[in-house]
Amino acid sequence: MNRLRRTMMYVPGNNPGKLQSAGIYGADSIIFDLEDAVAVTEKDAARDLVASAVRDIRYPCEVAVRINHISTPFGHDDLRCILEAKPDMIRLPKAEYPEEIKVIADLIGRAEAKYGYPAGSIKMMASIESAQGLVNACAIAKADPRMAAIALGGEDFIADLNTTRSADGAELAYARSQIVVAARVAKIHAIDSVSTILNDDEAFLREARMIKQLGFDGKSCVHPRQVELMHKVYTPTAKEVAQARRILDGIKLALERKSGVIAVDGKMVDGPIITRAERIIAYAAVVGMNKEDADE
Amino acid sequence: MSNEAKRNLPDFIEGYGPVKPYRGPFATAPSGRRSGGKIALDVPHSEKLLRSIDQAIEAVGLQDGMTISFHHHFRSGDHVPGLVLAAIARKGIRNLTLAPSSLHENSDILIPLLEQGVVTAIQTSGGRGEVGRYITHGRLAKPTIFRSHGGRPRALASGELVVDVAFLGAPTCDIYGNINGVHGKSACGSLGYAMVDAAHADKVVAITDNLVQQPIFPISIPQDQVDFIVEVDSIGDPAKIATKVLRFTTDPRELLIAQRAAAVMEHSGLFQDGFSFQLGGGGASMAVARYIKEKMLAHKISGGFGLGGIGGVFAQMMEEGLFRMAFDAQSFDLAAVESLKKNPNHLEISASQYANPHTKGPLVNRLDMVFLGATEVDVDFNVNGLTDSNGMVMGASGGQSDTAAGAKLTVVCAPLLRGRLPIVRERVHTVVTPGETVDVIVTDYGVAVNPRRQDILARLKDSPLEVMAIEDLQRKALELTGVPDSVPVSDKIVGVVEYRDGTVIDVIRRPE
Amino acid sequence: MAVIRRVAQAGTVESSDIMITLSPVEAGSGIEIELESPVLRQFGRQIRKVLETALQEAGVAAAKVYANDKGALDCTIRARLKTALNRALEEEVKA
Repeated sequence: MNRLRRTMMYVPGNNPGKLQSAGIYGADSIIFDLEDAVAVTEKDAARDLVASAVRDIRYPCEVAVRINHISTPFGHDDLRCILEAKPDMIRLPKAEYPEEIKVIADLIGRAEAKYGYPAGSIKMMASIESAQGLVNACAIAKADPRMAAIALGGEDFIADLNTTRSADGAELAYARSQIVVAARVAKIHAIDSVSTILNDDEAFLREARMIKQLGFDGKSCVHPRQVELMHKVYTPTAKEVAQARRILDGIKLALERKSGVIAVDGKMVDGPIITRAERIIAYAAVVGMNKEDADE
Repeated sequence: MSNEAKRNLPDFIEGYGPVKPYRGPFATAPSGRRSGGKIALDVPHSEKLLRSIDQAIEAVGLQDGMTISFHHHFRSGDHVPGLVLAAIARKGIRNLTLAPSSLHENSDILIPLLEQGVVTAIQTSGGRGEVGRYITHGRLAKPTIFRSHGGRPRALASGELVVDVAFLGAPTCDIYGNINGVHGKSACGSLGYAMVDAAHADKVVAITDNLVQQPIFPISIPQDQVDFIVEVDSIGDPAKIATKVLRFTTDPRELLIAQRAAAVMEHSGLFQDGFSFQLGGGGASMAVARYIKEKMLAHKISGGFGLGGIGGVFAQMMEEGLFRMAFDAQSFDLAAVESLKKNPNHLEISASQYANPHTKGPLVNRLDMVFLGATEVDVDFNVNGLTDSNGMVMGASGGQSDTAAGAKLTVVCAPLLRGRLPIVRERVHTVVTPGETVDVIVTDYGVAVNPRRQDILARLKDSPLEVMAIEDLQRKALELTGVPDSVPVSDKIVGVVEYRDGTVIDVIRRPE
Repeated sequence: MAVIRRVAQAGTVESSDIMITLSPVEAGSGIEIELESPVLRQFGRQIRKVLETALQEAGVAAAKVYANDKGALDCTIRARLKTALNRALEEEVKA
């Protein structure tokens, strides 16, 4: 796990003030949006503005650009303009077929060659926003090595299902699980849909804990407050880190002693527990939790 | 001559006098005796109540060249200076020095009076809007003297500032001149800044729209300091004197800065039972209070006192038992006014008790921490809150230098950029608060600690806060904005910035 | 060489943005820049330079530029000028 994507924060693409300070809120990734956040008459302006910001401003996090779909009049223009500025990632909305991913991956590859960027340095992700997309989620996730994540676009998906958003999110349950499964098959990140909850921290935290439990690596966010709450949920507690460390130390010791049975804190330790411990330690390392914290 | 803040100053300033250079926050010791107003005689059963402001102007013997004062407790709802100065102008009196405790946004009404020569000099805390421009462009006969909230009562007490007549807006006044600020339709709460004028001015005129029979309770300014009383229809616009409750900001950038400021407090080592603090009056400061409250609840820590300007947010925290006391020199909103009226632990204090450095104990000296705003800061941690980086007077000295000198921990909160202007700079345009009294700068891009405070630096480095060198913050700002061209200034001095002890910390020169 | 034949505009007057209006002028009359900005004293020279350089690189030798700046960074100024230029030239093709 060399990069966290607990939070991918949308920033409207045609707002210079928001673009220039997008990096200050601590999101793991920022997504400059050329799609829904931009009026049709301003697509050209937003594209130029985002390209200029990506080129000139040093952001402390991953920089993704959500382009318009390549079936619209804007998608290819977006790519032409944005790729030259070398974002870290292109996010495609409403992916339905793996072929769409391949078309974009190919364009990215050519741009990398043209501008002399290392091959494969610009990643991709796609969001699933329709029933058709969900059926193909696994193929989409595996469509190209550039794919780093697959996301759920909840609002569009719900509309496509002929239903509406409810408090407990039952209508998204199947899609969420499917997307996590697809991401695991492809060994990429699974990113949950944006939440419409803005003024109720407790409700947002419930949703965040729920999607973490489902297996999501992170969530698309629309507000700095959501970023903060997500990180709270995704940061392992000092107790969890300490326990994970004991498990891994126990294994190390057992291997040195060539002992067959491993027990830590009086419990048997087997494969899945080790995997989980390793994941927690990796998380702790990325978020900068040091040993002192863990020992508290 | 260069002072301790590395500012070049002349030895003598025309219209100001000889310059005593700033030597350090406590380096210049005072001497002499306290000065007061003229001794008076009141004969039994005299009548203090006059028919009009015009009559009061005659009764106090106001003449060309005198100094008059007002308080600023009515903020932008103040009608008093307008009423009084219009009457003065009608009488043909000219060349007055105006020495109010501060000037608010509504002071633009003064411009015609400045242009007519009714007022030709100003001594105050700051200037905004058109008056700020008027001062900056050098259109007054003398340089404006800017003093802090503690420096002004010091100057009154030392006799450096002699007020001939103080015209004091009085939300409630009885017929013998006892005044308070908590009752009446124009209630503003504490009268802390007016108290020092009442104590030191030669003549004091109370102007009220709530005249009542004697006696009143509580008494903020007592009858033995008041010469005359005038009743008028309205001394202010209540809606602008005090809003209901100052609201929290919802600006995510301000919230981010506020949250970091609270985290600085949390990890400073000073966050302990009985701690004391002061906040500014802006929405961002209110947000700091919110995060401090969260942390107090989480760590089960209760505070000692809050100082200075008190808002409803703090009054509420006191009500909930999070703090023991409030020392209120200025009530920020109606909720604070109510609290001052009802809560016996909410005490009204004078500007002198608050911050006057040349007394036997200003309350700022007991502060653990203060959170301040700024228009600019520099790599030496000097803070400017008075001019912008173009050299335009648009803020105030306020209590900034007083609290910074007194508090154990001074935290300055500011965004790294305002528009394209870098806020962390090589050199602030005007030094109001010297860097040696400033400990931490909190911005939206990171936190910098004054190298003089290795103790704080060590503690914050062990915290989740991103601590960087002030030079790195400056570089980050310049990387975004580019290097600004310097603003050329002329030789003409339009403002003298006094440090709280009466020495000169900087001057404001007219931009070219 | 690119010739501006129509009025075109990009950007807004929101804080941190800049609204740029390009207008045609007679060939050979050069670049004329009218700049309004709250940071004129400290950054006016640089804003003009960014505009001039970008026009030069686009091959525009004659135009009137009205720039209503609200504290935009250089990257924003360049982007808004580019959009305005594209709009001016694109409309010309259509016409």
